[in-house]
Amino acid sequence: MKQALLNIGNWIDSRIGFSDCIWPLLTHIVPCNARWWYVFGSAALTAFIVQVISGVCLAMAYVPAGDQAYESLRYITEEAPFGSVLRGMHAYGASAMITLVVIHLIQVYLHAAYKYPRELNWMTGVVLFFVVLGMAFTGQLLRWDANGVWSVFVATEMAARTPVIGPALADFLMGGKTVGGSTLTRFFVYHVFVLPAVIVAGVGLHLFLLFRHGVSEMPNVDEPVDPATYKMEYEARLQKTGVPFWPYAMWRDVVFSTFVVAVIVGCAVVFGPPALDAAPDPASINANPLPDWYFWWYFAVLSLLPPSYEFWFIMGVPVVGFLILFCAPLFSNKGHRAPSKRPWAVGIVVAGIASFVVLTVYGYREPWSPDFGVEELSVAVIGADDGPVFEGAKLVHEKGCLYCHAVDGFGGHRGPDLSDISRRLTENDLIIRINNGGYNMPAFASILDSQQLSLIVDFLQSRVDERDARDAGD
Amino acid sequence: MNESADNVSRCDALDKRRTFFARLTLFLSAIIGAIIVLPGFSFVLAPVFRRRAEIWRSVGKVDDFDKGATVLVRFEDPSPKRWAGTTAQSAAWLRRVNDAAFVAFSINCRHLGCPVRWLESARLFMCPCHGGVYYSDGTVAGGPPPEPLMRYDVRVREGQVEIYTAAVPLTTTPLDKDA
Repeated sequence: MKQALLNIGNWIDSRIGFSDCIWPLLTHIVPCNARWWYVFGSAALTAFIVQVISGVCLAMAYVPAGDQAYESLRYITEEAPFGSVLRGMHAYGASAMITLVVIHLIQVYLHAAYKYPRELNWMTGVVLFFVVLGMAFTGQLLRWDANGVWSVFVATEMAARTPVIGPALADFLMGGKTVGGSTLTRFFVYHVFVLPAVIVAGVGLHLFLLFRHGVSEMPNVDEPVDPATYKMEYEARLQKTGVPFWPYAMWRDVVFSTFVVAVIVGCAVVFGPPALDAAPDPASINANPLPDWYFWWYFAVLSLLPPSYEFWFIMGVPVVGFLILFCAPLFSNKGHRAPSKRPWAVGIVVAGIASFVVLTVYGYREPWSPDFGVEELSVAVIGADDGPVFEGAKLVHEKGCLYCHAVDGFGGHRGPDLSDISRRLTENDLIIRINNGGYNMPAFASILDSQQLSLIVDFLQSRVDERDARDAGD
Repeated sequence: MNESADNVSRCDALDKRRTFFARLTLFLSAIIGAIIVLPGFSFVLAPVFRRRAEIWRSVGKVDDFDKGATVLVRFEDPSPKRWAGTTAQSAAWLRRVNDAAFVAFSINCRHLGCPVRWLESARLFMCPCHGGVYYSDGTVAGGPPPEPLMRYDVRVREGQVEIYTAAVPLTTTPLDKDA
């Protein structure tokens, strides 16, 4: 019996060629010194596998039609057995994939593993990075809630700014002149067929190149890359200190991937999938579109940029960003790999991460966005329950001042805080500013009559006295 | 001897034909590729070349609208797909200026297309996304929008207010005459 099984095994092996073709790949010799540094790429691949499996399951219930997508997602989330967990896995898996791809990219950049002979490894990786961002964007949109619908508008408007072909590009994206029946199916196809196919092909090429050029060693200050001698030296070092990938290096990949999968599924079970926004409706004006967290930084940039730079930024960041990353190894493919010898690289990474964090926080808080929900100021804040100051406070709410300006912490943050504005502006300055507007501020001359204006000014001037009185009281 | 001479001439013949075979293979592969891809390519690109359908859509009776008030009106896309459902809906901010005259503004912010809200008491349009603000006539009052809100053509026919539907106003589209 045992012999028979062995014979069957040998027959399959001789026909498939596991021992001849796959085993040598699994046991190819890799540097032994990388330890935990090299687990991020394989973990990103694991996250992708989570995405494929959860995505295939979700697609069995998801209806990519303008009217039904939202309802089918509600069904998946609220009724289908395990639907909520699967949607959660797909959402947290997306976050994990983006995070891991970025960490992988930063690690490879810091260790300059993109230098000779691995330039194409890096370049295929950069393409994969942008495709993964495309997956993230199209995926967010497939939720097809109010946020998803308005994301299409924003994407289309950005694409439309492209010189010459902009409008055609916009029509292509929407599948027509407006968001409608053809829009969602198009994005569904990108997300489910086109981009995953590119990822599968790209990962295949990426891995092929990995085997072809070998896993890079940890950077060593004494071993700068010289294309003339690198391969020989690399082989020689590998002969001396290398270990087979299976299982001496692979176990770390698997341990880390286990952790990643546990976190993804754990979050899905504990927190559930992100809540759906309101139902999709291109005619609803009560939407407050906000992208998923990985694009908050870009959302912030679009709000903070002076309009004259905007065009260059919208066009520049995706295109120039891609080109710079893609071509980086062509400009520097030899020399030192150690971060200690590459201060600029370290600086770029630190500056990049810092900008990302700061802009992400800004994007989340969106201080430029009018606070549509702001309530009337309380009597405690106003410090009066009738008279011109009270009337002025009512007008400050009614005329929309509080959407953009805060008074004692109540209101929006687009414009300056008005809590002690009269310390900075005289009565005349206030009148001029309100009437004429200013940078980013509408002129209210045609909106307020003179009596309303003077009430508002009375209220604003009362702020300082009110504060002083309260400070004295404290 | 004969046999080896035969072999030589056969190889010669093959050598000559090798270039032909290679070219034929590449050429036919290209043909196959083109035949497969072209219909799909045209299918996918069709929306880019489709003529813009624009028609008048009624949004209500003249008497339904108060003078001076700015209200949200819904209407259907000019050529809705049968399965589009709510996504075929569009909307505009419609204001009755006097007995006979109406103006209608697109709800899409000219910055990046987000839905602008009309704030009646402040008499401003405001956008939630990046903080664009417009005056009641649609001109830019603050924030990043590069152009005034787009206006739809409006007419009154047989007691009905009608809006001339149009594409989503892209920031690159030339402004119409009113704006």
